[in-house]
Amino acid sequence: MTEKHFVPKTDAEYTKKDFTSDQMVKWCPGCGDHAILSALLNAFPLLHDKKENICMVSGIGCSSRIPYYVDTYGFHSIHGRACAIATGVKLANPALSVWVNMGDGDSMAIGGNHLIHAIRRNQDLNITIFNNEIYGLTKGQYSPTTKFGQVTKTSPYGTIDYPFNPGELVMGSQGTFFARSLDVMPPLTTEVMTRAAEHDGASVVEVLQNCVIFNDKTHQAITDRAVRDDRTIVLEHGKPMLFGKNKEKGIRFNGRQLEAVVIGENGITVDDILVHHEDTEDVGIHMMLARMGGDLPVALGVIRNVKKVSYTQLYEAQMEEQMEHGKYRCMDDLLNSGDTWEV
Amino acid sequence: MSQNQIVNKEDIVVRFAGDSGDGMQLSGTLFSDASALTGNDIATFPDYPAEIRAPHNTIAGVSGYQVHVGKSIYSSGDKCDILVAMNPASFKSNLKWAKKGATVIVDIDTFTTEGLEKAGYTADPFTEEFERDYTIIKAPVTSFTARIGEEQGIDKKTTEKCRNMFALGIIFFLTNKSLEQTNAYLERKFAKKPEIVKLNKAVLSEGYEYADKLEAIHSHIVSVATAEMPKGRYRNITGNVATAWGLLAASEKSGRRLFLGSYPITPATDVMVELAKHKSLGARVFQAEDEIAGICSAIGASYAGALACTSTSGPGLSLKSEALGLAVMTELPLVVVDVQRGGPSTGLPTKTEQSDLAQALYGRNGEAPLVVVAASSSANCFYWAFEAARIALEHMTPVILLTDGYLGNGSQLFRIPKMADLPTIKPRLATPNDPNYKPFYRDPETYARQWALPGMEGLRHRVGGLEKAPEGNLSTDPENHALMCRNRQEKVDRVANYIPEQEVQGNPDGDLLVVGWGGTSGALTLAVEEMNKEGKKVAYTHFNYICPLPKNTGDILRKYKKIVVCELNNGQFAGYLRTQFPECPMHQYNKIMGLPFEVGELKAEFNKILGE
Repeated sequence: MTEKHFVPKTDAEYTKKDFTSDQMVKWCPGCGDHAILSALLNAFPLLHDKKENICMVSGIGCSSRIPYYVDTYGFHSIHGRACAIATGVKLANPALSVWVNMGDGDSMAIGGNHLIHAIRRNQDLNITIFNNEIYGLTKGQYSPTTKFGQVTKTSPYGTIDYPFNPGELVMGSQGTFFARSLDVMPPLTTEVMTRAAEHDGASVVEVLQNCVIFNDKTHQAITDRAVRDDRTIVLEHGKPMLFGKNKEKGIRFNGRQLEAVVIGENGITVDDILVHHEDTEDVGIHMMLARMGGDLPVALGVIRNVKKVSYTQLYEAQMEEQMEHGKYRCMDDLLNSGDTWEV
Repeated sequence: MSQNQIVNKEDIVVRFAGDSGDGMQLSGTLFSDASALTGNDIATFPDYPAEIRAPHNTIAGVSGYQVHVGKSIYSSGDKCDILVAMNPASFKSNLKWAKKGATVIVDIDTFTTEGLEKAGYTADPFTEEFERDYTIIKAPVTSFTARIGEEQGIDKKTTEKCRNMFALGIIFFLTNKSLEQTNAYLERKFAKKPEIVKLNKAVLSEGYEYADKLEAIHSHIVSVATAEMPKGRYRNITGNVATAWGLLAASEKSGRRLFLGSYPITPATDVMVELAKHKSLGARVFQAEDEIAGICSAIGASYAGALACTSTSGPGLSLKSEALGLAVMTELPLVVVDVQRGGPSTGLPTKTEQSDLAQALYGRNGEAPLVVVAASSSANCFYWAFEAARIALEHMTPVILLTDGYLGNGSQLFRIPKMADLPTIKPRLATPNDPNYKPFYRDPETYARQWALPGMEGLRHRVGGLEKAPEGNLSTDPENHALMCRNRQEKVDRVANYIPEQEVQGNPDGDLLVVGWGGTSGALTLAVEEMNKEGKKVAYTHFNYICPLPKNTGDILRKYKKIVVCELNNGQFAGYLRTQFPECPMHQYNKIMGLPFEVGELKAEFNKILGE
């Protein structure tokens, strides 16, 4: 079927300021959310979606305050339900560009069911998960992404919960778009958000975010400037998976699993390095990339971006077909259909 | 048949009972449709188990369908005049629903040692006492049906499915009705399978002729009076379909596209099933991943400008509680249809009850007032769904519509309205670029806020679960919270200014006021009518507007020395009335058996109170 564009575009040259609301931003100084907000406000002008047609939907948590800080329509809903509410917004009016913002607890604990089903349906929603691996607004309890063994207020002897990796959840739910960024890399965040918005279907962007109060430096092992180039890799479609300060390292598939190698060592050349294809339908490699960490650099950028007819397209096509060719044109038709008789 | 003596009757109740797979619901529907088409008033009541196919021929698997036809029908009737029992289990479990002296038709072929054992019989069920009290027709349904199947070369399994047609044929003979309607239905239904049409018609006709040859029952043929109904075009309709159509009608009359976000749940599922068919009328149906997503998607759709609805039953309403609070807080229009069933917890999924009232009124955190209305007949579910939508859209509030399993699955004659005769619904849409728009500024009369939809220019705003100031920004100011709580309550209270006054039926100068609400009006109306005919003085008032109550409710209640509040729960409406009218002493008549009221039990209770 031919893909339709439902969200009206505009020629207006918006700037970041056009999307900045008059509300005071009340996140803690140093919180990673400030940078994510800024990245988002920078993404909107690039998209040229009509401003009135943008709708931000969030759940509950620090990050879910974001609709107040964006000068668009917004819905700051209840804990865990942002995906469900956004689903209704988009179904009622496909001309809206719907953005869902949630934290890790909001999206994957209380709201896990809504998240996986929103992804499975592939409805055209732009979902951002702010992942700080902690419950911040309730002051420091472990979340579904808290590192195994971490001591928090509710795990004084260390958590014994195995954490979720959002990328795995997305791909396990037949997701068509997954990207990852760091709060400390706003240009990359803006870029993946823009790509997410352009994707027709459910897109999920995970931003690894620092909670300066209750989980400070949780991502430091990869975000620290001194190590970032070695501990992360920004994937680019069609390009070899190289990383390191001078792109001297790469990712190779050794027949069994992914491994990090150094170009020039043991006779390894760039030709041995995997080339990233974000549009590979099979989730195999994408899943492996999303899982990287530990000895391997954490994958950033667009990890998966495949075409699959979106729920929005399918729904609107059925509506159009029935409204044009369906049996009943108006309620009087329906009321008088079937067996009726005159008294 | 003309030589037969035919007894004229005002009404007759027929109950079809058999194994879950025996096609009893279909037999009942065909009989009620044929009756309606020949001028009877009708009401039906399916009584089916929660199991789709319980163990074959056991009591657990018995499925029933009661049809009440006649001149003026308010309910599906107490006990039946004719009982069809397709196996020993259905005979055993349904005989209690037959009047003394009733005609009982059994498929005698199933009364084998094995069949009797499965039903738990240790002795012959047809005792002398039974044979004296009832007229029994021991019809060889299975063997006659099998013979026809063999003659037509149809396989055994297919043939067995037609046994219900044989029983139906007997019923048509006993009620002096022609087979014409049903034959026409069969031709339509199985248009692509002529051999099935032929078989069913032959079995139906065989049952009819079988009865004709039984001279013993010729004195039992009844002719049921036809209805005296207002002129108009009629159809048969179930409560759940009527609810769905009422919402569709409200969508057409308000110009707002209809959205339903729901999750399957007995006995409410058919509301979603029906609406899912009507994309051509603009119905946007979303089968959500759970009850919470059902209501949340509806709230999202409402924010985006749809006439948004969710349908559920008791356990689902529990799950929707938090989101209902969000709808109250955001002051968005929303219709929640609760087709009540027996509770608490999973309770009695296929049985009827009125025990979600307290949950509808109070089941949310915080001060969370909303509007509650209740339908009182299968057919008027159409108008109450329409009214629920009107109130939601014109007053910017969530509205809970209470129906129940009895109304939802039961069917009734429905006088088809003309859409032009229904009132226009005026949603409170904001005007794009209105410089004075603020999210929670209110209409001075209704206290309703304006509805600004994403996509409208110049009205960008945020809503949500946190308390806000009228201007739309977050506020934790104590005075503001008190004000907003008062205003949300006031808005709901003021709905009373836009609904009709409560009416009193029966004898308005009665010695006793019978109070009912929701799905019990059929039995209550008939009980009150009969008592007044018998010389008693009984007044009756039936509530459809539950919250807020009509403004004259107190005036009515204070007029009577004796009041009895009748409901299918342990006294939730009575308790609600007492909090508002503590000066009025009230009796209660409660039934909590998963079954509708019977006229007999109501009259006995009313007589008892009158005698006190």
